[in-house]
Amino acid sequence: MSNAIHNFLEEKVKPNFDKGGKLEKYYPAYDALETFMFVPGHTTGKTGSHIRDGIDMKRTMIMVVVALLPALLFGIWNTGHQYYLALGEQADFMTKVIYGAIEVLPIVVVSYAAGLGVEFIFAIINKHQVNEGFLVSGMLIPLCLPVEIPLWMVAAATIFAVIIGKEVFGGTGMNILNVALTARAFLFFAYPTWMSGDKVWIGEGTNEAVAYADGSTGATLLAQATEKSSGFVNAAGAQYGDTFWNAFMGFIPGSIGETSTLAILIGAAILLITGIASWKIMLSGVLGAYVMGLIFNAFAVNPFMEVPAHYHLVMGGFAFGIVFMATDPVSAAQTSTGKYVYGFLIGILGIMIRVFNPAYPEGIMLAILFMNVMAPLIDHYVIQANIKRRKKRTLAVA
Amino acid sequence: MSETAEAQVVAKEPKEPLFSKKNKKLLSDPLNDDNPITIQVLGICSALAITVQLKPTFVMSVSVLFVMIGGNLIVSWLRNLIPSRVRIIVQLVIVATLVILVDQVLKAYLYDVSKQLSVFVGLIITNCIIMGRLEAFALGNKAWPSFLDAIGNAAGYAWIMLAVAFARELFGSGTLWGFQIVPDFLYDFGYADNGLMILPPMALITVGIIIWVQRSKNTKLIEEN
Repeated sequence: MSNAIHNFLEEKVKPNFDKGGKLEKYYPAYDALETFMFVPGHTTGKTGSHIRDGIDMKRTMIMVVVALLPALLFGIWNTGHQYYLALGEQADFMTKVIYGAIEVLPIVVVSYAAGLGVEFIFAIINKHQVNEGFLVSGMLIPLCLPVEIPLWMVAAATIFAVIIGKEVFGGTGMNILNVALTARAFLFFAYPTWMSGDKVWIGEGTNEAVAYADGSTGATLLAQATEKSSGFVNAAGAQYGDTFWNAFMGFIPGSIGETSTLAILIGAAILLITGIASWKIMLSGVLGAYVMGLIFNAFAVNPFMEVPAHYHLVMGGFAFGIVFMATDPVSAAQTSTGKYVYGFLIGILGIMIRVFNPAYPEGIMLAILFMNVMAPLIDHYVIQANIKRRKKRTLAVA
Repeated sequence: MSETAEAQVVAKEPKEPLFSKKNKKLLSDPLNDDNPITIQVLGICSALAITVQLKPTFVMSVSVLFVMIGGNLIVSWLRNLIPSRVRIIVQLVIVATLVILVDQVLKAYLYDVSKQLSVFVGLIITNCIIMGRLEAFALGNKAWPSFLDAIGNAAGYAWIMLAVAFARELFGSGTLWGFQIVPDFLYDFGYADNGLMILPPMALITVGIIIWVQRSKNTKLIEEN
């Protein structure tokens, strides 16, 4: 079957796009769609490298999307779950999933449509292949947004992020900042009322008269922890176990894909087994966050600082950010030592911003963006140190 | 620019028409190929600071225009009297005097705008474009070309500023010159003003986009590397 399709493409469709064909201009678009399904037919040149792995950028990107699926599926269910929880109604599994899918999938579609549209336009203008980089960004963007975000904002942020965050630097692989986080930061600063607060996290759809059931304020754990007087620590004192478990499993309000640390861990396992993401960044990031949490505990002067360190790992977007965004191979540090430093500082800064600045409860976003900018500097010093060390060694031998 | 300036001093053409080709270039170059903001990257600070709304931007542009013309004319008239060792301080005194004049006029007649512009009117003194033109042009040229050069550069500065302010006010506040442009039904429909446009980083990005468009239209502006 797939062979038949392939033959059909090769014989009937492709000639139109080849040199001299009618649709020659749109070859990049054709190529992008063909290699989406089939192994690309590119071969190595007569000179240069002669061995190429079958796992090209498109396969890599697809693996990341696969790794994101658990978070997406859980997010869909959780959207429905939170909605019926807020309504105070009982609903079965399928009802929740269907409600969640209606709320979440349009965001995914809009994100992909807007981003890929821009990519295709730039590919045709610049006459290069459509880069696959957006496959991942397009999935990351909806997952780090609140479910109530208006769709046109998603489109605007995606277009902004792809053009200003990526294309101006030369396209996929050249960007300084993580594209998905650029989109999120754009929304966060441009439309703060849609990105924070306690009304945006639970999809209300058209039903504006949702009466929040008792105890369900609709605020995220981070927001609760930030409002120092409110119940997070005091009331939850006895229920720490519950809160932690809920936050780990993800039965809490939050951005679509980041609530369930468990689903993210499944994704992390996929990324680590396939060797796509760097375990160094993840490990040092978690360590950094944990250490920062412990330091805050030691010098706690307010309830948020007293939050046990391991809570920081499951609250808010930390897990999502450190697994899927900090490890973005383009914007992260490249050197081995640099990765440790980069991840560790993301952990430290993320928790620091989260605790110290109530205006930006989602500190991990700012921490990763900041460290994206710093990554080349880290690499520079790592490389310089290496050169120095080796110089010393050769001098010692001579 | 300084080379042509010297060349003009050497070449003695007593009867040059007022709008000769050379003089026209003085006016038109800064608008595009030699724009003070997008090409020479001067005067960026004020471009970032006061382009949130059109009105203060316009007042700022007119102020800069006045100071530029005044400064260029005075320095050009005095160019043979100013000892080159102290020329910077003389230029500063001239510019500062003009800026204080502007500041007082604004305070007297446009108090609210003057409040909005706050310290940035005073900072016209340090606007690199003005000192740059005095040094590079007015010191070596007669009054009339200096006058044209001032107008050209101030206009080049102004149109970039106004373009940035136009985009920032339209998308950031939904208004232009203080009047609401984005209709109410759009807001009812769910449209919202973009808070990021009001923040300074967006001014930088907007200037960047203008530079991008300009260079992709005029490829000879693209530097190697």
